[in-house]
Amino acid sequence: MAILLNADTRILVQGMTGWAGTHHTTQMMEYGSRVVAGVRPGKGGRSHLNLPVFDGVRAAKEATGADASIVFVPPASAGAAMLEAIEAEIPLVVAVTERVPVLDMVRVREALKGSRTTLVGANSQGVLSPGLSKLGVMATGGERPGVVGVASRSASLTSEVVAQITAAGLGQSTTVGVGGDPVHGLSMRECLELFLADPDTRGVVLIGEIGGTEEQEVAEFVAGAKPSKPIVALIVGAHAPAERRMGHAGALALNGAAAAAAKTRALEKAGVRVAPSADLVGRTIADALARTH
Amino acid sequence: MRLHEFQAKRLLADYGLTAPRGAVAVTPAEAESVARDLGVAPLAVKAQIQAGARGAAGGVRMAHGPSMVRSAAEALLGQKLATAQTDGRGLTVRRVYVEEAVRAERTLYLALLVDHELGALTLLAASPGGEDIEARERAGTLTRERLALSVSAEPDEAEIVALLGRVGLEGEPARKVAALVKGLRRAFVELDASLIEINPLAVTAEGDVLALDVKMTLDDNALFRHGDLASLRDEDEADRERLSAHRDQLNFVQLDGDIGLVSNGAGLGLATLDMVTAAGGRAANFMDIRTTATSLDIAHGFALLLDNPAIRTLLVNVHGGGMQSCDTIAEGLGVALRRSGRKLPVVARLAGLNAEFARSRFANFGCAVMEEPDMGAAARRAVAVAAGRA
Repeated sequence: MAILLNADTRILVQGMTGWAGTHHTTQMMEYGSRVVAGVRPGKGGRSHLNLPVFDGVRAAKEATGADASIVFVPPASAGAAMLEAIEAEIPLVVAVTERVPVLDMVRVREALKGSRTTLVGANSQGVLSPGLSKLGVMATGGERPGVVGVASRSASLTSEVVAQITAAGLGQSTTVGVGGDPVHGLSMRECLELFLADPDTRGVVLIGEIGGTEEQEVAEFVAGAKPSKPIVALIVGAHAPAERRMGHAGALALNGAAAAAAKTRALEKAGVRVAPSADLVGRTIADALARTH
Repeated sequence: MRLHEFQAKRLLADYGLTAPRGAVAVTPAEAESVARDLGVAPLAVKAQIQAGARGAAGGVRMAHGPSMVRSAAEALLGQKLATAQTDGRGLTVRRVYVEEAVRAERTLYLALLVDHELGALTLLAASPGGEDIEARERAGTLTRERLALSVSAEPDEAEIVALLGRVGLEGEPARKVAALVKGLRRAFVELDASLIEINPLAVTAEGDVLALDVKMTLDDNALFRHGDLASLRDEDEADRERLSAHRDQLNFVQLDGDIGLVSNGAGLGLATLDMVTAAGGRAANFMDIRTTATSLDIAHGFALLLDNPAIRTLLVNVHGGGMQSCDTIAEGLGVALRRSGRKLPVVARLAGLNAEFARSRFANFGCAVMEEPDMGAAARRAVAVAAGRA
């Protein structure tokens, strides 16, 4: 079992015919993901990678029964692509596109209210349920089916932590990149709640960083809900120079050390174990899981 | 992209913003002539740098008459101005804005921004305005009232008036400010701003509402929609690394240590920086390589790194991903090292996609690489090498 994404999830690819869409669709299909169609306005009726291409999401959904979509559309029209998927009531939408204008994401957030869609991203590496399906652009090979849920704001660090979890003799139920942009869909707290409700996830790893308030939101939730599953967090950026944009627009903090310390304090107070260093996350979750037995 | 005060006032005038009369000057003579044209006294001579807290730092001078304006401009132009919001070196003043000084009966703080937590456009208001607003908020003597505004629908004027009532503004001035807020919201959405901050906003005894200072930032990710606005970028003020890196698909920030860091992705980059610092080392940079960067983009980025004579060791911590494999980065680094002619010890930790190819790339470029199996060990080794202990 996994969250969000299973072996039978039927996937649409928005922007499938471009370079990135073609490359990553091929990779997803090689992984075993059930990709059913592509969407590319103006190219409806053709086929690409032996899959049908539709002009719009709604038509593609009606013809194929798709229940998930991944967006590879360039920044200028990525917001519109997400809105189209939300209007077509696709249950799960992953947006990979980086550098989407922030007001476009605000419009998307307005459309998500009361909708039937869970949006992951934008600027997300996607969702991976090891051994079942890949809906994203992440590297594979380091993962293994297992019991740890991973939610992260950073792609390359996720690959790293996933490899550590596997090396510690555990595997992952699902890994989710919530996205590196300040305004995005699924929050880390919402993702944590999905993992806590999933019977096959026994522990959760959250990869956070300075900037924003997602980790504080997690801490408040954990302090109130007091979940029995162990939760391990990593906060990077303690030594980031002050007042500089550090890659992710989301990682804006006046003072890296103070921001990281405040997040660490809030999480620890709520009962979350904070890994002492980025290379020790696998070991920390393995210890925490061993202690719950 | 940050705008100067004079640029923001000019842009927002089309959306109903009223400000004291004024004009920009690049020489003391020009400032004097602006003062003569304005024909009133007193005047404010304001350094145009893209940072706040200018008043407390001496960047705003009051002047009576054209000759005083000229000497105030002489004192500011060409000088570095360091404020609480710049680094210690400050920013060079290349322009001054000369404007009519206004006697405010009361002042407000007004801002529109995207609240990241709510994912919504948000109006903030407080009273009185002033440079020390954050300090007063920290001290608990002031709260900024908030109101979420839709980006797709006109705001409800009554809600804005109610918000202004909570900061003590009522009657005709409140209605004028509410109308201004509606104009600013339209400007924010049409121009793809990420911040519009008016502080202070003055209400005069005559009931006029005037913006004394405006800070405005445009969303870099939306500049493709605004070709006309991109030309407002002040290249003088953005530092060389950030501009150059922006063009080359990576974020590069110069730091003052001796270990050059190379990693892919912002998260892994920050983690590497943390581990190096925890091991007692000092990083020379932060670098986040975008997943769409080619090996040539990367080589260009590394040239920035290798330009820095303080660097004694390179630490490569790469987890090859679905979009960018290890060998692309190794190739870029190899090219840059060869071009620079520098021989630097390289400590590497290569994992994920194409780690094996990366090793052979390094070998082809004649890079002797000290490889470590995990990133903690690699960080400690790089620190030891830089310190001459390994």
